[in-house]
Amino acid sequence: MTADEAIHARFCVSWPGFTFDVDLDLPGHGVTALFGHSGSGKTTLLRCLAGLERRSRGSLRFKGEVWQDSERGLFRPTHQRPLGYVFQEASLFAHLSVQQNLDYGRKRVSHTHPVSLQHAVELLGIGHLLDRMPERLSGGERQRVAIARALATSPALLLMDEPLAALDLKRKSEILPYLERLHDELDIPVCYVSHSPDEVARLADHIVLLSEGRVVAAGGLRETLARLDLPTAFTEDAGVVIESVVADHDEIYHLTRLDFAGGNVVVARRPEPVGRRLRFRVHARDISLTLTRAEGTSIINRLPATVIEIASADTPAHVLVRLDAGGTPLIARITRRSLDHLEVAPGKPLWAQIKAVALLA
Amino acid sequence: MLSAVDLAAVWLTFKLATVTTAILLMVGTPIAWWLAGAQSRFKILIGAVVALPLVLPPTVLGFYLLIALGPHGLVGQFTQWLGWGILPFTFAGLVVASALYSLPFVVQPLQQAFEAIGPRPLEVAATLRASPWDSFFTVVVPLAKPGFITAAILGFAHTVGEFGVVLMIGGNIQEKTRVVSVQIYDHVEALEYAEAHTLAGGMLLFSFLVLLALYSRKGRSAWT
Repeated sequence: MTADEAIHARFCVSWPGFTFDVDLDLPGHGVTALFGHSGSGKTTLLRCLAGLERRSRGSLRFKGEVWQDSERGLFRPTHQRPLGYVFQEASLFAHLSVQQNLDYGRKRVSHTHPVSLQHAVELLGIGHLLDRMPERLSGGERQRVAIARALATSPALLLMDEPLAALDLKRKSEILPYLERLHDELDIPVCYVSHSPDEVARLADHIVLLSEGRVVAAGGLRETLARLDLPTAFTEDAGVVIESVVADHDEIYHLTRLDFAGGNVVVARRPEPVGRRLRFRVHARDISLTLTRAEGTSIINRLPATVIEIASADTPAHVLVRLDAGGTPLIARITRRSLDHLEVAPGKPLWAQIKAVALLA
Repeated sequence: MLSAVDLAAVWLTFKLATVTTAILLMVGTPIAWWLAGAQSRFKILIGAVVALPLVLPPTVLGFYLLIALGPHGLVGQFTQWLGWGILPFTFAGLVVASALYSLPFVVQPLQQAFEAIGPRPLEVAATLRASPWDSFFTVVVPLAKPGFITAAILGFAHTVGEFGVVLMIGGNIQEKTRVVSVQIYDHVEALEYAEAHTLAGGMLLFSFLVLLALYSRKGRSAWT
């Protein structure tokens, strides 16, 4: 990545009881998840990027363009930044129809449109809603229109603030596929705020972990999630994300085999065809360790792995063990007693038993 | 039924209320917008000043206006310097006085409407490339439409109903400053009860219809 392709952001803004102070480089492509608990500063970061926090001090350079430089008194107002913003709650203009909402931003963009309105409407599947007023839409439909409206301005940067947070599980699963298509079909860098590990694991390429207004870790999704030195707040939900390919279906037992670098896992029959890429997540608490390839167990998925490092977990009773399974990192959360009992130490070969796999599609 | 003099008073009242309402919508909108968004210490102060006519006896407001607009008053000297003469006992003077007197009836509904909209729609508009002016006219004004209508109705009706301020600043000059409320007073003074009844009944009906329109609007919640 050349320096000009990236986003360099340094912001400082404080309220009574909360100081937000970050300095980070974001990649100029793919989906970057801004992840953290509520009050960690995720939304503040997004608002600073958009220029909606006029009080923030600092600097922002987007692919070589200066958007903010407080030292030099530069601040490009939001309406002059080529970005799209999807707010957490429904933000459609209540006095305009869906079509008029979509036109609102598009009409105000002077440059040529790499993303046509038609494309945005198709991508989000809202063609049948164009004549409706926002009050006549469901929550999921509103968010799809809001996303299409942001896309129709052909943004150079798309900012999304928990676009699924206000929706129930059913609506969420209705929108997620559209977000994935977005990721696959459009080459727009996206900053995606979320506090749902599954959403992050499913959509993100990069991740920024925030806690109490500061950046705790930032980097590629898989590398960052496999780190053991993250604060406790993130380890209770520790786990890794693995990219796999659908390898085979077992019609007798109704199972599907997923291959990845270093091994495979077998899961309940998936609808995806052989060859389809599929991401899955393995929680640290769902991995147990054995010294030998245990027979006589109901657990199907056992992988040979080597211990890389050991770190303390969220409780004094547990530890986190990072393993390498033929190139794929795994994290296991085991008790300190088991650690001593099995004499787990870096370099030791073991078997990792995977009790459950969370498929992210 | 109505004499020529009564008709002149009705027409003058209508003209005064229309001009006053138009001016108030133009002046009141920026004030209400500032009050709705301001975090300044002066917000409370300005808010209280705007609300003063709600509690002040109209004669007090009229008295101070008479002095300020008069030949020795600050405003009076300014209007003379501009070559406009002095405003008391003219239609223009009535408009100025009515505008001040009805100001809170226009500013407060607008302020409430703007506050109800909140900053979010403006932020959304900004992320869709709309400049602040652009978003004010394409987002705030349409969303605050119920507030504008309420403000206009209240401003108009309140101006029609004023008496004390008019008497102090406008006197009682036919076709120039003699509005319906003053005309009714004149009729009663002259013991012309039949004429007074006609005008008073008309005012009663008008006021009732205005309130009816207002309350039926409130029943229909807009954009919620």
